[in-house]
Amino acid sequence: MSVNPADLLYSKTHEWVRIEDGEGVVGITAFAQESLGDITYVELPSVGDTLEAEKEFGSVESVKAASDLISPVSGEVVAVNESLENAPEVCNSDPYGQGWLVRVRLTGKAENLMDAAAYEAHCATER
Amino acid sequence: MSKLHTPLTAWHTAHGAKMAPFAGWLMPIQYEGILAEHLHTRAQAGLFDICHMGEFRIEGPGAHTALARAISHNLQTLAAGKCRYGFLLNEQGGVLDDCIVYRFDADAFMLVVNAACAVGDFAVLRSRLPQEVRLSDISQATGKVDLQGPKSLDVLENVLGQNFHDLGYFGFREASWQGEELLVSRTGYTGELGYELYINAEKTEAFWEALLSDARVKPVGLGARDTLRLEAGLPLYGNDLDAQHTPSEAGMGRMLTSTVDYVGRAGATRMDEMLIPLRIEGRRAARHGDVVALADGTVAGRVTSGSFAPSLGCVIALAWVSAAHAQEIAFTVRTARAELQAQRCTLPFYTQGTARKKL
Repeated sequence: MSVNPADLLYSKTHEWVRIEDGEGVVGITAFAQESLGDITYVELPSVGDTLEAEKEFGSVESVKAASDLISPVSGEVVAVNESLENAPEVCNSDPYGQGWLVRVRLTGKAENLMDAAAYEAHCATER
Repeated sequence: MSKLHTPLTAWHTAHGAKMAPFAGWLMPIQYEGILAEHLHTRAQAGLFDICHMGEFRIEGPGAHTALARAISHNLQTLAAGKCRYGFLLNEQGGVLDDCIVYRFDADAFMLVVNAACAVGDFAVLRSRLPQEVRLSDISQATGKVDLQGPKSLDVLENVLGQNFHDLGYFGFREASWQGEELLVSRTGYTGELGYELYINAEKTEAFWEALLSDARVKPVGLGARDTLRLEAGLPLYGNDLDAQHTPSEAGMGRMLTSTVDYVGRAGATRMDEMLIPLRIEGRRAARHGDVVALADGTVAGRVTSGSFAPSLGCVIALAWVSAAHAQEIAFTVRTARAELQAQRCTLPFYTQGTARKKL
């Protein structure tokens, strides 16, 4: 059984992106939230900021750990999920839905990303 | 080196706990999640595997006199059936371990020590006690589970079929469960009403399951144990206490009431640094090792424990700062990712705890 939706692309650093009409919605994967444990804080960029693929764009903290967020794509931030400021635990409960992080207008092609099957194989090597 | 297993390690693994090494032991960090386990303990009752901690028996003629010289605890005012928190100090007054001493009789005691310190503590105690005083390490044979939370008394009375309303804070007594002797101690590490329960290691798993058969009880891992104890303002040896610092520096000077010439007494009131509580607005956590600075940028010390506090909704921390700066109110904490504004506050961080509740 796979928890990772088939319509997303995945990075080695456990972020996902859903690409539609030149925009990409970015989040962290089920594997990432599971590894972190209860998420207590999410630091996001602002609308208008530029993200660069494979570069840090924020961070996520759990009770026990802190980790950088690495962007899977390049583009300009057009929306951020402001509800995470007071309810970051949504990244645990619904990482592919309500727990999305940012929406970006893509400025390049998505590269070095995996489909769900390849991503699951990648996760298996980290377990 | 392979990690030590408690009598409950197999149970934790079978029940899906996330396991990690702690003080040489393979221990459960969480089951359903740190936040849920933390909040459940504050609201109902949590059950913790604490079998990794060490237990020593000290007994025989002269045990009182000799032990009173070996540890900081005031034994003169400690009645049988009571226990007390205190320290094993080095010659300079630095804390080798923090521990609870139980008094069974005039010359019969139990000392409960941190897992990481147990081997060293035993050697130090042996060297400080005369040969006629028996010192035995009963850790292997002793299982320890902590039942903590406002519902813990009801649960304990149901499972043991005995009344414990008369057992006061830091009181203990022997009881039995299914013919097996156990020790019920009204103590804990969460700030809530609760009990530390000592039972034969071979019976620990069955006893654990009996306690969990009450729907109000959930197993709780070391992750939530850490957030609970920090909210309650209780120090963790190795993080907030160490051999370089004295009890007085840790804010525990008032506990040094023993008039016996115990090892480290002269140095125990030394105060070069102070352990202070900090409150940080927001959710971004300060962590162990982060630098603490004054408003003007002067480095004042470092964080020893820090976490998002689930019952408070903000971040809390303990920090060693130089005594000269300990009375300041406003500090800055430099984390790996940001500078956080911190305010000195008072302990405990969480003031709604039920630990001392009159029953």
